[in-house]
Formats: sequence, C-alpha cells, structure tokens
Amino acid sequence: MRRLVKLAMQKPELASAMLLLVLVVLFQIRSEGVFLSVNNVRGFLGLLPETALVAVGVTLLMISGEFDLSVGSVFALMPMTMAVLVVAGWPFWAAVAVGLMLCAVIGFLNGWLTIRFDIPSFITTLGMLFMARSLTVVISGGFPPRIKPGEVPSWIFVGFVDEGGLIRASVLWFIAIAILISLLLSRTNFGNWVRATGGFLPAASAMGIPTGKVKIACFMICSVLAGFAGMIQSLRLNSFLPSIGEGMELQAVAAAVIGGTSLVGGVGSIIGGLIGAILIRVIDNGMVMSQIDSNWFKFAIGALTIFAVVGNAWLRRRGRAMKVETDK
Amino acid sequence: MNTPIIETRDLHKWYSGVHALKGVSLKVDSGEAVGLVGDNGAGKSTLINILSGLHHQDSGDILVEGKPADIRSPRDAMRLGIETIYQYNSMVPLMTISRNVFIGREPLKWSIGGIGILDERKMREESVKAIADVDLHLRSPDALVGELSGGQRQGVAIARAMHFKSKVMILDEPTNHLSVKETAKVIGFVKGLKAQGVTSIFISHNMHHVFACCNRIVAMALGKVVLDKPAADTSIEEVSALL
Ligand SMILES: Nc1ncnc2c1ncn2[C@@H]1O[C@H](COP(=O)(O)OP(=O)(O)OP(=O)(O)O)[C@@H](O)[C@H]1O
Ligand SMILES: [Mg+2]
Repeated sequence: MRRLVKLAMQKPELASAMLLLVLVVLFQIRSEGVFLSVNNVRGFLGLLPETALVAVGVTLLMISGEFDLSVGSVFALMPMTMAVLVVAGWPFWAAVAVGLMLCAVIGFLNGWLTIRFDIPSFITTLGMLFMARSLTVVISGGFPPRIKPGEVPSWIFVGFVDEGGLIRASVLWFIAIAILISLLLSRTNFGNWVRATGGFLPAASAMGIPTGKVKIACFMICSVLAGFAGMIQSLRLNSFLPSIGEGMELQAVAAAVIGGTSLVGGVGSIIGGLIGAILIRVIDNGMVMSQIDSNWFKFAIGALTIFAVVGNAWLRRRGRAMKVETDK
Repeated sequence: MNTPIIETRDLHKWYSGVHALKGVSLKVDSGEAVGLVGDNGAGKSTLINILSGLHHQDSGDILVEGKPADIRSPRDAMRLGIETIYQYNSMVPLMTISRNVFIGREPLKWSIGGIGILDERKMREESVKAIADVDLHLRSPDALVGELSGGQRQGVAIARAMHFKSKVMILDEPTNHLSVKETAKVIGFVKGLKAQGVTSIFISHNMHHVFACCNRIVAMALGKVVLDKPAADTSIEEVSALL
C-alpha cells in the first residue's frame, strides 16, 4: 500500500491513465462496439490533437505558476487572421507566420503585463480573452472568410496519412510537439527553471533564475500552441468562424488538473495534461456513442476535476504522513 | 594588511520612507567568520540582500577583493563568489536534491543560446560528492528536498555553495525553526567552512550560536553598526546590552 501511495504521489497521471482505460472499456461495452469503430475513432482523432495541444500549453504554463484564460480566443483569432490574409492575397505560409507571430505577441503581452504590474494572470488573461475574441469578430468583418478547398496546402496539417483514412497529419504534428515540450520540461535547464519558478518563486529568483522571462516564455509557448491548434481545427473543417474555441480555456485547465498538475505551480507533467485532455474527449465522445444525454458531459468533467484535485491533495497528505513515519 | 574580501562603504538604503541602512561601512577579511547580530528590523537582512543582489543600495559602494563591484542580481553576486543561504530556504521542496544543487547553474550536454539538455548523470554524481564533502549523508540525490529535515536542507544549501567554490557564504538565520539537534548540525557546517578557508557571515538572534562559530562579532541597531570586535574581546553580555 505504502509503495502504491508513493508511486501515485510521484506520478499522479497514473491514476488518470487507469481511469482512462476503464472508461474506454466501459464505453465500448455500453455503445455495443460503436465507440472503437473506425468511423468513431476517425472523428475522435480529428478533434483530439486540437484540444490536447491547447492542454499541453496550458499545463506547461500552470507548472510555471500561471494561468491563461485567453487560449480559447487565441484559438479563434489565429485562423481568422490567417484566413483574412489569404483572402487578401497573401501567400499561405506568410499568413501562417503572421498568425503565429500574433499569438506570440499576445502571449508576450499576457506575461509581460502579469509580471510588470504584478497582477494575477487570471485577470490579465481574462481581459485578453475578451480582447482577442473581439478582435477576431472585428477582423472577420462580420462574415467568415471563405477559402476554396485545395486553395491552400492544408493537407500538410490535416490530410490523412494512412491508406484507411484514420489518422490525420495533425495527430503526427501533435505527437511531435507534445514530445518536444515534454522533453523541454524534463530534460533541459529551461524545464528546471520552469519547475523551480512555479515550485518556489523566492528560491528560484534567489538562485539567479530569470523567473519573469521564464514565465513570459511559457505564456508565449502556450499562446502559440493554442493558435496553432485553432488553425488545425479551421483547416480540418475548412471554415473560419469567429466563435470557435469558446469555453476551451476551462477545459484545458480541467485537463491539466485531471492529469495531476497543481493549481499553484511547480507540479505536473505534459503527459498528465495529455491524459487529462484525452479523458475529457473520451467522456464527451463516449457519452454520445453510449446515448447518454450529452447534457451530462459538463457535469462529468466538473465532477472529475473536483475529484482529481481532492485525490491529489489526499495523496500529498498521505505522502507527508508517510515521511513522518520514516523519520523515526 | 590584506585587502578585505568584502568591503562596504557608507551604504544607505531606503524602503519608501523607511531608512533601513544609515551608512554601513564594514570590512570582512578573507577566512573570517563574522557573526552579524541585531534586533528585529536592525537592517541585517537588508545589508545581506544588497550583498547578494536581491536589492540595490541607494548610495554607497561595495568592494569585492578591493575592486568596486556593482551587484545588480543574484547572478552577479554568485559570479563574484558570494552565495547566500536564507532563513526561508533557498531550495524548491518539490524538486530533487540533485536538481536543487544545480538550480540556475545546470551542467549541459549541449546547448543553443543558453538553453540545452541537462547532464543529469553529472548532476547526480557531483551532488552526491558535494553533499558528502560537507559531511552530510543522504540516501539518494533523487530524493525530494521536501522530504529532508530542516537541518539537512541547510546542509544541502551549504554543499551547493561549496560545490560552486563560493568565497563568501552568507547565512541569514539558517537555524530558524530548527530543533536543538538540527541547529547543532548547521553550526557544525558553519565551523567546517572556516576550516576550508571560506569566509562566512552568519546572522542569528541566538548569541550562543553566534559565539559558538564566529571569530568576529558585528552588531547592528537601527540601520547602523554599533559594535565591531573580535569575538575574543567581547562577550554575550556586552553585545546584548547594546541591542
Ligand atoms: N522589502 C521591504 N519593504 C519595505 N520595508 C522593508 C523591506 N525589507 C525590510 N524593510 C524594513 O527595513 C528595516 C530593516 O529590516 P531588515 O529585514 O533588514 O531587518 P533584520 O535586521 O533582518 O530583522 P530580523 O531580525 O527581523 O530579520 C525594517 O524596518 C523593515 O521593516
Ligand atoms: Mg532578517
């Protein structure tokens, strides 16, 4: 038991992974095999990279001790910017570059305002949530821009990569990015600084870590990932709507927390945020496939989030109690 | 006489209206163990924070080994060989010992623009060695710092400073909140510094601790130095009477 508790404490994402497995089996049975059918898995794998990329960025940022509520709006703003530029005659890649740059600027502003004026990022990014959404609607000019299918090389991001048409390029992009961010966090000095900054700010700054810059970098990575994810979704649907990504910010926080990320920073892992994001998608999709009233979806996510936080707090207390025992 | 390893000349510091340092001039010679004492709010931490780069003086100069030093950040201080151990710990509890030892100064296998891949083997091996060098015995460099006792944590902090060959070690109330046994350990570490030729500035409210490990006593009151004597020429009574 003690060993189990200790393991769970060090790897809180393990419990979520187990829950994930159970749910998949459950939904597969309840839906009479529809859940893991090719058609459903195709749909599932289409949406997953988009929400999971946002969750990865938010997880990284939360480990550094900050929040970003503007990811849902940035998710819409980036593809809108890109589409408007393409319609205006810009080359596709230039439009993509400008869109991503805009995300980086938003991330920078989120971070800089938070650090410079010493205000909670909750507030800064709440402001940015409204501003970025508003900008999206304004630049769309009231009606969504149209890009003809085939006009832009969207296959690079969303084309199917296998014969059966199951896996899109977005899945590969997502896996590569997730591995990269995960390595950045666990294997580099930058990752060490992120954890130290979120883990105990006074110690990090006393040891000479540029904590402000570290946080701003995390804000920027988070924003760029959100924008990139929005672009993938828009290209997949081939429609550029100013309303996409609404409510995504809180789902991303929920994903991070369900995966074991601490709300106060310092603790968490990319793989945890990822499992959290998959769990949310599995619950959403599984409920539909099992013909459970989908209005219960938000209820389930909410309950799971609270459960995860309570569970993690319990594990931490158990861990502390255990430490006292070994001291004797 | 030798040039002092650290010298401050007429340091002043204001905190929006509070005149926390009112002209502090102090010389610390190489190899000394200076005990810095004073009542709450005397300005000890303020002086130390200036030397370690957390704050900057409003006027006055600092000389390190005779050369004027402009200390703007903790990194500047560390580069000059000044390492500080704080009363509220300079460690991240939820990170491992080896990661804590190398925070901000990680050895890298390769890097681009200062960001690179950690050399985790080196971190582990060298932290084990650094900790053993201060006579602290810990099971594994992969244990979380949060699992250590307060005294062990201060030991790791001291090991870290030793590993990076700091010349001056400043300890701001390192024995706060520690049990008698743990305190004795920390005092032992400080004595060990003197044996290895490291200069130290030790701050404590406990005169017994200060007299146990320092060879010079500096007392501060209301932002000024009010006493500066070799420990042998003064006594707990004399110092206490001044504060
Ligand atoms: N960051 C700060 N902002 C404003 N005033 C401060 C700050 N730090 C210290 N002070 C003030 O400066 C004066 C000196 O404080 P300092 O912390 O240097 O004293 P100290 O000798 O370390 O005291 P203690 O023994 O309680 O640690 C006090 O009046 C304190 O209130
Ligand atoms: Mg103090």
